[in-house]
Amino acid sequence: MSEMNFNDAVMTTRLDAVVNWGRKNSLWPMPFGVACCAIEFMSMMASKYDLSRFGAEAMRFSPRQSDMMLVLGTITNKMAPVLRTIYAQMAEPKWVISVGVCASSGGMYRTYSTLQGIDRVIPVDVYVPGCPPRPESMIYGVMKLQEKIEKESLSMRKDHIERFYESLDRQEALQAAKGLTGQQAIREMMFDAADRGVGTIF
Amino acid sequence: MAHPASPFLSVLILLLIAGVTALIILVLSGKVLPLLKPNNPKAAKLRVYECGVPIQQDGARHKYTVRFYLTAMLFILFDVEAAFLFPWAVNFKHALWTFGAMLSFMATLLVGFIYAWGKGAFEWER
Repeated sequence: MSEMNFNDAVMTTRLDAVVNWGRKNSLWPMPFGVACCAIEFMSMMASKYDLSRFGAEAMRFSPRQSDMMLVLGTITNKMAPVLRTIYAQMAEPKWVISVGVCASSGGMYRTYSTLQGIDRVIPVDVYVPGCPPRPESMIYGVMKLQEKIEKESLSMRKDHIERFYESLDRQEALQAAKGLTGQQAIREMMFDAADRGVGTIF
Repeated sequence: MAHPASPFLSVLILLLIAGVTALIILVLSGKVLPLLKPNNPKAAKLRVYECGVPIQQDGARHKYTVRFYLTAMLFILFDVEAAFLFPWAVNFKHALWTFGAMLSFMATLLVGFIYAWGKGAFEWER
């Protein structure tokens, strides 16, 4: 940290450091619970493991009131546009933790219907492996996210989110132009991205 | 000699400071303080949604006329009567008093039926 002490009376710091210090200690989690990882999430939030020790006890079930989304479970291709809508609705700045192998890579569901990793459709900050991961692992993921928030720059986070909204605009334009559903549009965008040698659509 | 109220001068000052602070906050919160809060409106963020998808049907919240509930309640009444008649008819064994008991049960319901009829509950257009 680039902090200096003037005779222990005045402390200088950067704006990024102050704001990020506030952000990392007041995460408002939102569970996007679609499978068994959400069961582990319950114990993570409950008294035994108690995520509130990390300043993240204000759990909200509305994306409009939360800034840390935990994707807990298998996301199918049909669910992908829903996930993108929910992510778009969240308050900025926002972070995503992909919990469990299904959300991170499709896991054991190597099938036509399952999204092979949510990082193809929304930006993910931290991946937590496990099937399902134990609450300790999820808490470790949150701690890793806190470390990440501590180091990131404010403008980079803003651009990061901005890029997602641009991709959402492209998706909606594609849907309107070709009369596709959200799922079909995302599929086309993923094929386009693969042609360009990219794994993500944002 | 000091004024008898002079020990309370500090309280007066405190009240004045509190009042002025409240006034300042009130004035600032109108136009100035909202400039400090993050404001990132996006079309996709403000859109109305339902389970992550656009709202499927607009008319999901329209009002039903009270006659639907009236008809439903009368239906339940006579449906229960009919459902009760079947086990009774299966077990009916020439006993005059069971016949009388069922007649009295139906008569009780008949009073209600006539009452509902008289009130015009079966008239759909009103």
